[in-house]
Amino acid sequence: MANILEIKDLRKSYNGGFEALKGVNLEIEEGEIIALLGPNGAGKTTLISTICGITSATSGDVKVAGNCIKDDFRAARSLIGLVPQEVALEPFEKVINTVRFSRGLFGKSRDEAAIEHILRRLSLWDKRNNAVKELSGGMKRRVLIAKALAHEPRVLFLDEPTAGVDVELRKDMWDIVADLKADGVTIILTTHYIEEAEAIADRVGIIAKGELLLVEEKAKLMARMGKKELEVQLTEPLDTIPKSLAKYELSQTHDKTSVVYTYDTRGERTGITQLLNDIAAAGLSLRDVSTRQSSLEDIFVTLVQEDAA
Amino acid sequence: MNWTAIKAIYIFEMARFFRTFLQSLISPVISTSLYFVVFGAAIGSRIDQVDGVSYGAFIVPGLVMLTVMTQSISNASFGIYFPKFIGTIYELLSAPISFLEIVLGYVGAAATKAMFIGVIILITSFFFVDIQIAHPIAMVLFLVLTCISFSLFGFIIGIWAKNFEQLQLVPLLIVTPLVFLGGSFYSISMLPPVWQTISMFNPVVYLISGFRWAFFGLEDVPVATSLLAIGFFTALCLGAVYWIFKTGWRIRT
Repeated sequence: MANILEIKDLRKSYNGGFEALKGVNLEIEEGEIIALLGPNGAGKTTLISTICGITSATSGDVKVAGNCIKDDFRAARSLIGLVPQEVALEPFEKVINTVRFSRGLFGKSRDEAAIEHILRRLSLWDKRNNAVKELSGGMKRRVLIAKALAHEPRVLFLDEPTAGVDVELRKDMWDIVADLKADGVTIILTTHYIEEAEAIADRVGIIAKGELLLVEEKAKLMARMGKKELEVQLTEPLDTIPKSLAKYELSQTHDKTSVVYTYDTRGERTGITQLLNDIAAAGLSLRDVSTRQSSLEDIFVTLVQEDAA
Repeated sequence: MNWTAIKAIYIFEMARFFRTFLQSLISPVISTSLYFVVFGAAIGSRIDQVDGVSYGAFIVPGLVMLTVMTQSISNASFGIYFPKFIGTIYELLSAPISFLEIVLGYVGAAATKAMFIGVIILITSFFFVDIQIAHPIAMVLFLVLTCISFSLFGFIIGIWAKNFEQLQLVPLLIVTPLVFLGGSFYSISMLPPVWQTISMFNPVVYLISGFRWAFFGLEDVPVATSLLAIGFFTALCLGAVYWIFKTGWRIRT
């Protein structure tokens, strides 16, 4: 699949000398969903704002479907839709008019069928004649998405689209993103919610202090860096771990009723069978056994901490 | 040129005007009617004619200019300041449009609104005084040029302003005094010589003089000078707007 977005050595410095972006390089294939994770102030929004033309880059090059964002800004921007982090909408305007305005602003002629399709898809059709200020917070976020989709972009930037929304609405948003992906729209989203990236992204990028620490396919990343934990619940609390089990480097839960064994899923042998045999040989009785995959959040925290160190 | 985008901005801005149509219209009409009652009927009845024109009629061009200038500035400054204030400016900055297209959309809408109100004021004046328009084409030309140039000026104020207080600052502290001292209610020739000289540094004098000439053929300064002055002011504002978008001053980080 061809690259729809190419970012080369993108830098952004502010007057005070603060470097918000320190030479970001990134290539994104058409049709994929990439999630950019990072703590506050990492440079996620600056990266999006620079690509979209809201912020001027200090140096570097960005191409959208081969169009430079500086030299061919009309062609480049017409392919991009942006859903900003803040809910920024004209409060007194009707929903349908604000979406029509966005379409016109991007040079697309009026198309009522297209507007209806977008509004229906986002469950906003019944609210089309309501003033924006009459809508709930969740509905306003949908209007932002409708505005970003009004000119039928090929690349959609979602800057923390589910920040501050309830779980149900977040799941709705994920469904919307999945629908857009099915239509071939490339989606770049920034998020604080690791579960969001885990649920919908094809690739994950981790950004901290203006640098892209890594970009990798989500499944590979989790397989490469993910660890699994086996929790063995005992029938009786255990004061000290028997010496015969020392080689497994077990940890104990707070109530001392369980021991936890961490193993690498990529290993040829996990050592689980031997561990269970040795536990039985040590005279311990089992109540239950469970496993847990380390999450993207654990990986994220590890990477950011390593970078800080 | 992205005409569709210009049209979209223009229609969106005009919709704001029509949403508050009565408020937009009634306020200037009432203010102007009060001016006619106070200056035209109450005080004007005690003032002799000015260069053969009754005082009530004489102040009409000044009143129209006063309204048109203040409306142009307030409409254009609010038009661009409001998206900055509520954050919707992101959409303008990320759209495939040039600075010229943004200016055409916003300034075009602000100038249209101001002209619309100016015409309403003019119609209102017919109910109070008997006036003739000696040079109707020149009158329209001056009206259009004033609306455009002051809308450009208002656009600059809207970009410069960081809060609503600043938005009101320039119109209140600079524009209104300049308009009042620019011969809206009197002829510059009625002032003592020193003040006549000082008034020549007030750009509004040239605009009101030209506009009044279009009505009565009376002029404080030659009409060609008035046209040059308004042309110079428009060019100055256009240059400032071009620089703003080139550098991203107060709109793009």
